Order: sequence, then structure tokens, then C-alpha cells
Amino acid sequence: MNSDVIDFASVAPAYPELLMAVGALVLVILGVAINKEKSALISWLAVLLIAATGVVALLNPADAVLFNGVFIADAFGRYMKLLVLGGAALSLILAMPNSETNGVHKFEYSILAVLATLGMMIMVSANDLMSLYIGLELQSLALYVMAAIKRDDKRASEAGLKYFVLGALSSGMLLYGASLVYGFTGHTNLTEIVGAIAMEGRSIGLVFGMVFLLAGVAFKISAVPFHMWTPDVYEGAPTPVTAFFAMAPKVAAMSLMIRLVMDTFQPISHDWQQVVIFLSIASMVLAAFAAIGQKSIKRLIAYSSIGHVGFALVGLSSGTQVGVEGVAIYMAIYVTMTAGLFACILSLRTEDGYVENIEDLAGAAQTRPFVAAIMAILMFSLIGMPPLAGFFAKWHVFLAAIEANLYVLSVIGVLASAVSAYYYLRVVKTMYFDEPKSTFIAVPNELNIILAVSAFLVVTYYFSVGSVLTNWAHIAAGSLF
Amino acid sequence: MTFENSILSIVTFLPLLGAALVLVTPKTALNAIRWTALVTTLVTLALSLWIWAAFDASNPGFQFVVNYPWLGDSIGYRVGVDGISVLFVVLSALLMPFCILASWEAIDKRVKEYMLVFLILEVLMIGVFTTLDLAMFYVFFEGTLLPMFLIIGIWGGKRRIQASYKFFFYTFIGSVLMLLAIMAMYWNAGTTDISRLLTHQFPESMQIWLWLAFFASLAVKMPMWPFHRWLPEAHVEAPTAGSVILAAILLKLGGYGFLRFSLPMFPDASAQLSNFVFVLSVAAIIITSLVALVQTDIKKLIAYSSVAHMGFVTMGIFAGNALGIQGAMFQMISHGLVSGALFLSVGVIYDRMHTRDIEAYGGLVERMPRYAFAFMVFTMANVGLPGTSGFVGEFLTMLGVFQVNTWVAFGAAFGVIFSAGYALWLYRRVVFGALTKESLKGILDLNLREKIILYPLIVLIIVFGFYPSPILDTTAASVNNLVSHYATSIGLDPAVSLADARAPLEYAAPTGEGRAGRRTCGRACCALGEHREL
Repeated sequence: MNSDVIDFASVAPAYPELLMAVGALVLVILGVAINKEKSALISWLAVLLIAATGVVALLNPADAVLFNGVFIADAFGRYMKLLVLGGAALSLILAMPNSETNGVHKFEYSILAVLATLGMMIMVSANDLMSLYIGLELQSLALYVMAAIKRDDKRASEAGLKYFVLGALSSGMLLYGASLVYGFTGHTNLTEIVGAIAMEGRSIGLVFGMVFLLAGVAFKISAVPFHMWTPDVYEGAPTPVTAFFAMAPKVAAMSLMIRLVMDTFQPISHDWQQVVIFLSIASMVLAAFAAIGQKSIKRLIAYSSIGHVGFALVGLSSGTQVGVEGVAIYMAIYVTMTAGLFACILSLRTEDGYVENIEDLAGAAQTRPFVAAIMAILMFSLIGMPPLAGFFAKWHVFLAAIEANLYVLSVIGVLASAVSAYYYLRVVKTMYFDEPKSTFIAVPNELNIILAVSAFLVVTYYFSVGSVLTNWAHIAAGSLF
Repeated sequence: MTFENSILSIVTFLPLLGAALVLVTPKTALNAIRWTALVTTLVTLALSLWIWAAFDASNPGFQFVVNYPWLGDSIGYRVGVDGISVLFVVLSALLMPFCILASWEAIDKRVKEYMLVFLILEVLMIGVFTTLDLAMFYVFFEGTLLPMFLIIGIWGGKRRIQASYKFFFYTFIGSVLMLLAIMAMYWNAGTTDISRLLTHQFPESMQIWLWLAFFASLAVKMPMWPFHRWLPEAHVEAPTAGSVILAAILLKLGGYGFLRFSLPMFPDASAQLSNFVFVLSVAAIIITSLVALVQTDIKKLIAYSSVAHMGFVTMGIFAGNALGIQGAMFQMISHGLVSGALFLSVGVIYDRMHTRDIEAYGGLVERMPRYAFAFMVFTMANVGLPGTSGFVGEFLTMLGVFQVNTWVAFGAAFGVIFSAGYALWLYRRVVFGALTKESLKGILDLNLREKIILYPLIVLIIVFGFYPSPILDTTAASVNNLVSHYATSIGLDPAVSLADARAPLEYAAPTGEGRAGRRTCGRACCALGEHREL
């Protein structure tokens, strides 16, 4: 087979990935060459690299299938890549203040983050089971190391190990699914698999393959019942690393899921819909109830992220363009809210270190009014209270579910969101209704900026970004159909 | 940008400007914060009165309309008011300055946050009534939960946390079902534009489900018996201004929703389920009135009486004729004034004694004659004494429902008797009797601020009692439009439902006010004539 890469210009659609890969290598050399104390410089360069990649992706609207069909560049991929890059850049900025305490002051951390981001971009653009797996593994391997980057911390090491073992299991499932799909269709290319299914029809082996594939991806988005790692890893890993886990990888895995079900398994939509609906209901309900008893903020956020994946899947289970649009909007809003949330947590420090338990937040509204107000806004937004952005996220996904007549799913979903309101409100209650117990120390500026921007977007969503975002998501979803 | 297309947006979002000003004012500049909030709400009130003045009461459709798509295909930016909503805008704007004044000294901790939350609440309340987009209606409707949750939770009484949670969850769970119904309506009608939805005919089988989903939300908000359990606690624990807003405005969201959505959009379902509503309404009127009789907490007593009075509203709305709906509208406005005034009066003595126990008071008339007079007017209005605004609403709703179902009217009549019972008994125990309690002997009468709060309300309540036509005239055209639409949809002769509106309205304007009655009738006949021409 001849290569379709004739000259440098013909790989133009893959420029963002190439830039990222070369940039990562340059950063490694720089990191080794310069003084180890100057890891902050590498961090900023990494953020710059990610930002530059984002600009290239934005200014490079060429749609193409490259490298003999393993790589696809389209509007959907661009949208998701921008989200991934945004999430990655934000979490790198979040990691900068107090990096010593968090154990993320080594220059390798930023480089690993860049490599993980590269893996996610490949996941987003994968058009072949092989490139899909390569992207997924590049991402995962970098993430395993990041989880355990605080080497001498017992909990971080435990988190890394747990993540690795369960991640390897899920990779195995995904590979097994991929091999079944290949075995029953004869293709690894996603586009050709569609054609093969359309011609030969559905077979039990294919359905099994599909289920295993989805299970592998469900692990990455931490949908119930593949969520077990999430609370432990979120709690054990240093908070900036948790922030990284909570944003970009979720988006990448979700977009992979969307591409798989909307493109590849489109002909057997009835089969995957059942799987997605189950994942969705299980995630929403379990997260809503399991989070109630949590005392640790990070575990609470872990369950909250499980729940939010469930809500995003509500949109996907409709299997329509409106649904994909909804998920795309949902993920964008989710990333914004999560960035703000982690900025809040990282900025609430006492003399003894970071605030870990919800009850330590008591009275934060009086001692740290700015951070507390933003955290309260984000909590209300996570519940899905109008007029905040979180409501519009839910609006779009449930709109799709209602269009597809998924009434039972919708009713369970909104009731789960009502239950989940309980634990979000508990945080607000602790901050606002209780009397102060501990004093907090000053907030670094980087965090203040992220806090303010995130809260601004969440509050003014309807007036500021809502219209633009909806249009982009519409175009992105349109490119899949 | 003309007056026509910008005034509603300005009135809705003006308090946000005040909120921004409060936000940048230093935390310690308490008086600057209070004055900013007060001036903002007063300007909003002035503008809302301007809207009312510029409002063309003979036009049954929406006025000051702005309409363009905004978020994707579904959510738009659409505003407009008709005869049903314009008065609620005025009522919301009217009560806000009173609330700010009532909190002037009563709230001394976290004043900045307090004013901020109240101004945001005002935006959301006015937004509910001005928006013409179904999704945005939900946004505002549900959005009011958020500031109210904080108001109860932060500035409330001893059991504030439980009360705020209860308030939040009761309303939230009901509302999310309405959200799904809104989405289903969008897919069926292809728009969230309320003015187009009003003419869209939903399939009959779908109407029942949509009606029930809306009912789940509106009945909790209203609140209708037996979904009212959140209300007494929320009222009791909320600070005075919070109770005023809850009783005067937030409860009206339920009634407004029934009038705006349930009746015109799901007429078949409304007709089928009207008996169900009647049963709940009469149950509310009788049961909660009896419950109110045994309360020992002043605020709780008033809260239960609110539930009973809202029973008249739901009863009037689902009578489905011009009389009942006009009465329900009037009752809502009047109850907004009366219950607001009652809670403000309770606030006056609560600020002095820091207790709401009826037992702790008695003989106040000896030390506080002015207060006793104000409280008496409000109590009488609550009872529904002719000559106060409370009478007109109850009378009209009962007349309206009498046309439809005499037994319902018979049951509701007990409410009138019981309300006299609990309200007068409350008044006797608090104001009359011997002044024996030591702690009460030094109590002071109304100060200037309290006079400014209570006297205008006395005037309004008595004026509307004798001269109800400013309100009835404003609503007449839109209500007639609604009634004829409803009657046509369920296969009745619209002339019958409308015609009833004429004669009794003459009586509704008592003692020498026949002129006003005739004017109202003229309008009603006019609207009727227009419909016949159509």
C-alpha cells in the first residue's frame, strides 16, 4: 500500500499533533539541560505549547482522512481537541502554585501531561482501532505515572498502582473487543467497519466486540459499573493531578465513545443504545446516592464526576445529532465548572495544608468570601440550577433524550439530579450556614484568575458564550452525520 | 432601541445593576449598601408603574414584545407582557422596596450579601413574568430557589437549615418534571415561544401527561394541599422580608403558571382534571384553615392561611370562566398585598420582642395604637371583609365556581367563616386583652420607617377594596381572551363562560362604584364583541 503522505503539506490536518509531539521532545531536552530548580519554566512552556497547538487546531480547518485512513480530522475532532487542550492547559496552570507541597514540582510532570494530551488528541482523531488503541495507551501510560508522581507519598503510590492495574484490565477488555470486531467484520478501520456491518448485518460476535470496546472506554470515562477506581484515585493523587484527570481525559474518552457509537456502530444503534442507557442510569443513580455519605471533598468530586458522565450519556443514548450536540455542550460546560472547582479546592489552604474534608470548609463564606461565593455558584451549577451554565448543559442532553422518546431514562435522570442536589447543597450549607472554624491562607493569583473566569462563564453563560458554544457544538455534531 | 422593545428588559435586569453596585461597595459601608438597594428597587418600581401606565388594557395579546432566537434552535430571548402578567411585574417591584426597608435594621450581619441576594431575586421574579420563552420561564422560575435557599439558610431562625432544605427539595423535585414536559412541548410544537405555544394544539393523550408534570411543579409552588408541607416551615424560619417575598410573589408563580400554561395550553386535560383540582382546593381551604386555628406561632398561622387563600385561587382558575379567573387574578394580587403586609406587621413586633409565640403577646393596643390599627386592617383584609381587597377576590372566585359546581362553592364558603375565626382570634390574643406581660410594657409604637412601610399598604388594600377596577380592567381583555380560547377548545359556548362576567362585576364594585363596574363591563363586552367578529 502506498503512503498518502507525499510532502509535508499533505499532513497539514495533523499539524496540531505533530507540533505537540515535537514540542514534547524539545521540552524533554530542555528539562534535562536546564537547572532542575526551574521546573516552573518548563510548566509555562508546556502551557504555551498547548495553547499554540490550540491555535493551530483552530486556524487549520481542513477536513481530511490521513495515513491510510487511521487518522481523521473533522469539525467534531477539532471541537473536542480544543476542549482537551483547554482542560490540559488549565490543569497545568492549576498545578503551578505550591507545586512543592503537591509533589508536582518535577519538570517531568509537565512533559507527561503534554504526552498524555497528545495521546488524547490521537484518541479524538482516531479512525482505526489501532490508532485508537495507541492514543489511549499513550494517554493512559502517562496518566499512571502522573498519579504516582509524588513518589514518597503512600496514598499517591497506591492511587497510581490502583489506576494502573484497573487501567490495564480495561485496556485488555478494549483490545479483546477490538479483536472480536476485527474478527467478525474483517476490518480495523472504523469507516470500513460501518460498511461491513451494513453489508453483512449484525452478528453476536460483533455485538460482543462492541460491548467490550464500550466497556473499555466506559472505564476511561468512569461510568458505572467501571467507576471503582475513580474515588480512590481522585482522593489519593495530588490535587492538581486529580484536576488533570477530571478534565481532559474525560473529554477525550467521551469523544472516542461518541465516534465509536455514532459512526462505527451506527448500523447496530439499537444494541449500543441499551448499553449506553444502562451506563447512564447506573452512573447517575449510583453517584447521586454514593456521594451523600462522603466526607472528603475529593471523593465527593469523584462521585460528582461519575454522575456528570451519566448525564452526558443521557444525550448520547438518544443517538441523534441533537444528542451529540448536547454531549459536546455538556463536556465544555463540565470542563469549565471542574476547572473552577479545583481552583477553589486548591485555594482553600490552612496552616496544616489543603482542606480535605467538607466540614473543614465551615464558615468559609465569612473568612474567604470570594472563593466561597464562587464555590457556591459552581455547586449550584453542578446541580443544574438555572440560570447557571450547568442548567443549560442538562437542558441540551435531556432535550435530546426527550426527542428520542426516552422518557423513563429522562425521569430517572432528573430525579437523580434532584438527589444529587443534596450533597452539593451540603457543601454550600457548610460554607454559608455554619460558623467558621479554621483560618485560610492567601490565594495565589493564578488560581484567582481561573476562579473568576470560570465563575464568570458559569454565571453569564446565557448572555456571553452560550450562543457561540451552541453554534460550534452544532457544527461539530453535524460533521458526524 | 425604543421604549416599546427595551422597557421590559430594562425593568427585568435593572436590579442587576444595583447588585453590581452593591458588589463593589465595601462590606462595612452598610448604609451605602442599603441605600443602593433601596434606590434600585424604587427606580424599578417607578419603571414598572410606567409599564402599567403605557399598557394598553384593551389589547388581549402580548405587548412590548421582543423576540429573537438565541441559544441554538430551542431557547430564545423573548419578552412581553399581557394583562395577566403585567400586574405581577408591578406587584413584585412594589413589594421589593418594602422588603429592603423592613430589613434595614433587622438584618445586621452580612448585609452586603443580603442585599445582593435580594436584588438578584428581584431579577428572577420579574423575569418569570416578563419572559415569553418557555425554557427561560423555567430558568427564572427555578432560579428563584437559589437566592431563597440562601435567604432562609443564612438569615433564618433556629431551624433554618431544615427549612431551607425542605423548601429546596419540595420545589426542585416538582420542577424537574415540569422541565421534561417543557422539552416534550418543544418537540411537539417546534418552539419554546409562549405566544406561539398558546395557539398550538397538543394531542389530547399528551395533554394529560404534560398537565400532570406542570401540576407537579406548580402545585408545590402554589402550594396546594397536600404539597404544602414545606411552606409553614419556610415561612416561619425565613427573615421577615423573605417571608414577604415567599408569600406575596413566589406563591403566585404557581397561579401564574396555571393561568399561563395549564389552562390555555392543555385545555382538554384541564377540563378533565378540574374536579380533581376542586377537591384539592376545597380540602386546602377547609383543612388548612382548621390547622391555622390551632397554631401557636404567628407566622405559621399566617402561612397556613396563605395555603387556604391559594385554594380560592386554584378553584377560581379551574372554574374556567371569566368570573372565576378574574377573581383568581384579583385574589392573587390582593393576597400579595395582604400577606405581605401581615408578615411585615409580624416583623415589626418580632424585631422588638424576638419571639413569634402568640402567647408572648397580648394587650399591644395599649402601647401601640397605630400598630393595632394597621394590623387590624390587614387582619380584616385577610378575613375578606367587604371594603378590603380581600373580599373582591374571594367573592368573584366563589361566584365563578358557583356557575360550575355549587358544592365546591359550598365547601369554599366554610373557608370564609374559618378565616374569620383564626384571624380574629389571633388579633384578639395579640392586640387585645390586658397588658400583663412585663416585657411588653416598654414596647414602642411604630417608628417612621415602619409607618412608611405599613401605611401605603393600608391605603392600597382599602382602595382596591372599594375600587377594584384598575386591576380588573387591566386583566379583563386577556382573561376574556383566555376564557374564550379555553371554552372553544373544550367545546363550550364561549359566550356562556364570558357572559357571566358582566353582571356580577357590577356588584364587585360595591357602594356607589357602579360607574367603575359599568366600565369594566364595557371592556368585557367589547372583548366579547371582538371575539364574535373574529
